[in-house]
Amino acid sequence: MSAEMREANTDGPVFADHVSLGHYRRRRIIGVLGWTLCGGCFVLLAFAMLDILFKVLKGGLTAINLKVLTETTQGVSGGLLQAIEGTVVLTIGSVLIATPLSIGVGVYLSEHRNRFFSKVVRFMSDVLVGVPSIVLGLFGYVALVAGLGWHFSVLAGSITLAVMIIPYISRSVELALLAVPQSLRESAYALGASDASVVARVLIPRSASRIITGVLLGMALSMGETAPVIYTVGWSDYLWNGQVTHQSMGYLTYVIWSFIDQPYQSAHKLAFAAALLITGMVLLITVSTRFTTRYMTIQ
Amino acid sequence: MATTFENSGVLDKSANPKRFRQQFSGKLIQIFSLVVPIILLGLIIFLAINAWPAMKLNGVSFLTNSNWNLGSQYGKPITVDGMQVLPGANYGILFLIFGTLASSFLALLFAIPVGLLAAMFISEIIPSRLRESVALLAELLASVPSVVFGLWGYVVVIPVFSHYVYPVIAAILGFIPFFAAPVRSGYGLLTAGIVLALMVVPIITANMRDAISAVPSADIESAFALGSTRFEMVWKVVLPQIKRPLIGVSILGLGRAMGETMAVLMVSGNALHIPKNIYSPMSTMASFLVSQLSSAMEDPTGMAVNSLVEVGLMLLILGVLVNAAARLLLLNTGKN
Repeated sequence: MSAEMREANTDGPVFADHVSLGHYRRRRIIGVLGWTLCGGCFVLLAFAMLDILFKVLKGGLTAINLKVLTETTQGVSGGLLQAIEGTVVLTIGSVLIATPLSIGVGVYLSEHRNRFFSKVVRFMSDVLVGVPSIVLGLFGYVALVAGLGWHFSVLAGSITLAVMIIPYISRSVELALLAVPQSLRESAYALGASDASVVARVLIPRSASRIITGVLLGMALSMGETAPVIYTVGWSDYLWNGQVTHQSMGYLTYVIWSFIDQPYQSAHKLAFAAALLITGMVLLITVSTRFTTRYMTIQ
Repeated sequence: MATTFENSGVLDKSANPKRFRQQFSGKLIQIFSLVVPIILLGLIIFLAINAWPAMKLNGVSFLTNSNWNLGSQYGKPITVDGMQVLPGANYGILFLIFGTLASSFLALLFAIPVGLLAAMFISEIIPSRLRESVALLAELLASVPSVVFGLWGYVVVIPVFSHYVYPVIAAILGFIPFFAAPVRSGYGLLTAGIVLALMVVPIITANMRDAISAVPSADIESAFALGSTRFEMVWKVVLPQIKRPLIGVSILGLGRAMGETMAVLMVSGNALHIPKNIYSPMSTMASFLVSQLSSAMEDPTGMAVNSLVEVGLMLLILGVLVNAAARLLLLNTGKN
């Protein structure tokens, strides 16, 4: 029903004998007050959102320069080169680990949709989404950093972040495969294709763009995460030497948390520069996936 | 056409390597179904094993006292019940339970009405042309990393509220014990609640918009036909129908607020006791895990880390319970 149709009956009230004009006025006033309250809530949210973006943009733009992008951190000054490197390495690492597993899970969930066990897996996956990320970090610390003796390292961090994003990516793989028309599957089977070739040659190529959207959103999540990374990667002022274990690393979100608390101007500037880089990248991914999804639905 | 025959099972299966490969990849997919259960069980088992020494040592007093003390770092470890512990060590997290529940409660107290009313405004008042862009704004708010919320709380909420807002609240509501002055630094329970509320609101608004749009238009038309104003229609027809998803989403938001770490860590003051009033510093279970990591790692007996893992295990169980409850509630309404 369109808004115009709803609007049509609100002017020109017809009063029954027992309804007074005063009663009608009171109802209108309550409506106006109610909507004002709703609008107030909306404006409050919009204002907070825009203020967050504005503060990060303003603080970040005054802090960011070539030195920040090309030098490593020295104490609480210098640049963020090794932190940018670390964020990129961790994000790519976690996505590389999570994507094949998630595609497997997603394929199982969509192709064995009605099995009891796939309902169990879907429920567990939803529950895993609700596990606080810090608990995953603690798990990474206990199992990988201390348990396997890897120390603070890229591998421990990537695996922990991968565990965090697997439920998200597998969910979008599942939805992507479900969007493929059933007739396409039937045609492939009719041509004699096996389960595996239906998945590999029909379903995945056909839903590749949606799967990539899901992977990108997982990427944005793991990029912006802090707490589990503190627990598994530590912090370092130096560039990565290529070792995947026994070598801690810098990353941008640590800078935001830890440097804003320092009583130095240089530290605050680095924190804002890091916030701008992270927020910029995350929002860029979110907005671009949003528009590609819309484009795909129109198609 | 040869493949058609191969796959139709006419040929001898065992003699055909391609057939075997295909069957194997079919099984492979079944193996993937175990990924998520293994992760979830692995989480619970690993945390339980590592928390076990602490559970034996701390017993119930873990939950009932508010004294978290790592003991004397340089003292010689003593043996209690066959476990090595630093002298003077005591692990009690009542203040964390209080902090977690209180900050989440405050967050929901702000977020539920604001999120619901904003969703009503977006669905009913904002013209449909603009609705998608406005929804995008809410979605962006949800994707901002939590550490950036913490940064904003640190540079905006703390100075502004501790100077201009909290003194006013203290003056007006000061007769209620927990609301009385002093206000002090601005790091604390109320600030944490406000920042958490902002992080929970997008979830509530987005889900409530979905729920509102699922209300049958016949109901809405009937309300208008009976002469109700638009606000009366929303209040008396739409609202009663979205009660159940509202509860589900609120529980989902509760889970988010309880597990949120970085934003709380940056604005709560990280005190190791129950806050004196609503403005004073506190910790939540999640923020405590990060603020205590480095000092717990210094403990040569490992008991401090074990006790932290016990906190993490409790947080995990809380998260699983809350989330399962929310999913079951939302599941029954047929919404996601």
